[in-house]
Amino acid sequence: MAATASSAPFVDASVTTASASAQAPAAKVVHALPVAKRRSRLSWETVGNFFATVVPPLIVVAILLLVWELASSGPKATLPAPSRIWLEARDLIVDPFFVNGPQDIGLGWRILTSLQRVAIGFALAAACGIMLGCLVGQSDWAMRGLDPIFQMLRTVPPLAWLPISLAAFRDSAPSAIFVIFITAIWPIIINTAVGIRNIPQDYRNVAAVLQLNPFEFFRRIMVPAAAPYIFTGLRIGVGLSWLAIVAAEMLTGGVGVGFFIWDAWNSSKLSDIVVALAYIGVVGFILDRAIAALGNFATRGTAAA
Amino acid sequence: MIAPVSPRPHTFAQATLPNRPLLKIDHVDKSFRRGNSTSEVLKDVSLTIEKGEYVSIIGHSGCGKSTLLNLVAGLTQVTAGAILLEDREVNRPGPDRAVVFQNHSLLPWLTVYDNVRLAVDKVFSTIKSKTDRHAWTMHNLDLVQMGHAKDKRPAEISGGMKQRVGIARALSMEPKVLLMDEPFGALDALTRAHLQDTVMQIHTRLGNTAIMITHDVDEAVLLSDRIVMMTNGPAAGIGEVLEVKLERPRDRLELATVPAYLAARESVLKFLYERHRFVEAVA
Ligand SMILES: Nc1ncnc2c1ncn2[C@@H]1O[C@H](COP(=O)(O)OP(=O)(O)OP(=O)(O)O)[C@@H](O)[C@H]1O
Ligand SMILES: [Mg+2]
Repeated sequence: MAATASSAPFVDASVTTASASAQAPAAKVVHALPVAKRRSRLSWETVGNFFATVVPPLIVVAILLLVWELASSGPKATLPAPSRIWLEARDLIVDPFFVNGPQDIGLGWRILTSLQRVAIGFALAAACGIMLGCLVGQSDWAMRGLDPIFQMLRTVPPLAWLPISLAAFRDSAPSAIFVIFITAIWPIIINTAVGIRNIPQDYRNVAAVLQLNPFEFFRRIMVPAAAPYIFTGLRIGVGLSWLAIVAAEMLTGGVGVGFFIWDAWNSSKLSDIVVALAYIGVVGFILDRAIAALGNFATRGTAAA
Repeated sequence: MIAPVSPRPHTFAQATLPNRPLLKIDHVDKSFRRGNSTSEVLKDVSLTIEKGEYVSIIGHSGCGKSTLLNLVAGLTQVTAGAILLEDREVNRPGPDRAVVFQNHSLLPWLTVYDNVRLAVDKVFSTIKSKTDRHAWTMHNLDLVQMGHAKDKRPAEISGGMKQRVGIARALSMEPKVLLMDEPFGALDALTRAHLQDTVMQIHTRLGNTAIMITHDVDEAVLLSDRIVMMTNGPAAGIGEVLEVKLERPRDRLELATVPAYLAARESVLKFLYERHRFVEAVA
């Protein structure tokens, strides 16, 4: 996929130069025309694509809101209807970055604080996960010894790690980061290991003939060859670490979005919780897409692997 | 002009040439073990190769040609016997025995240039300066007429071009022996002919020592100084060694009518299709 994408502009360019040189004498004028034409056609296509991807989800969201409104409009409804949420939590929805006091701030600020925690925990998980994954993928003994343990630990839910990490670190901040770390690391390890195992024997032979040392082998062969797998792991991992944020922030308190939900529940502000959930969903979606885009960028040209 | 040589060519070679051979394959056995079952692939293979010689290995599929080449490359170990390169035993891979793999084996995440440069950097890191290494990389790419595509990735070039880059990468290591496992096997006839000519020119110019595996009788006769014909497995060995005493440079069109060429062709074909017919049960 990446290969076709990168070769497409190349083909296009040769076509335009060919047509330009065919009509040689008035080269300057002739050249300007097809380029401009191509660009305008392309932008119409982009606009069309944009509508095709944006309109359907908007329609679905509108229908869902309507159904929700109707379902929770009765007198016995336990959950707030969208209209009530709009009335009660309007400031949270329209302005993510207001500051009215130490605990009365926009959800954007809270999201940023949470993202910072996730960034630390996830970065640690990525670094350790890729290293361990390489070890497990490369060595049969490490595989036999560690794989069953990894497979078991990865099923433990984030919340279950809370007490043990508190006991170990005796401080809420590192404990929260540890919970994110331990949630995100397993898919990274497992996918990296699979990627390493799938390195074709040919590449190993090339490395052997060149007498690459272990470090060079890691950098020049293992990481690039396993990159598509590694990014799959990172993508799952970032999703999981974002899932763990509520659990982690029950520990830390303060300004994170997870603690905000916990706090809103305690003061029974259901509308605030719904808005916070929407924020978390949107940010999680963006994180996922960002890692996917990064992966596409980093593994471009390796489609033939 | 053509002299079929006995299955023990090293006695012959030692008699005529006083200096020591470059590569000596000495009574090599190779068997693979899986659990309790052992399969004997090569049995008592002996061959000596002089500096500058171009030797082809031909034989039916599955007889153990790749296995023999991998032994010389050091990618697998002999079960018995020894392989000596300049009197030193070969037991691990190294750039002095560069391999051109059948499926090119370029690293897809590196450009054409970087694929060759990786090898150059590795082999000449202490010997050549950075600018020299760049020049040497470009020199080898130009040798196979691939300098123009240096910034392309393997996925963006044709099969023949990939194979060229693979050859450039191997040549850039200045190997003592160039090992090629069916280097032109995956190519169409025209591209193959073109690339054979390129390899022949390079061999004339640089005088490399080369071992090439092939299935193609014409290719073997055209390129080689000697053709090693292998018997069928299991426990395959060298059946016959044919010396091709055709003058270089060779031209494929002129050769088509040269009696010596036709005779060489015929004796290889006879070996393969009369005396050592491919037995289905063996494979
Ligand atoms: N790693 C291995 N383990 C077990 N058996 C092997 C192994 N490698 C090769 N063999 C066996 O050795 C024999 C020779 O294989 P080899 O690949 O050398 O044949 P070949 O002559 O190169 O064939 P082809 O012309 O098809 O490439 C085959 O019967 C194969 O099954
Ligand atoms: Mg083979």
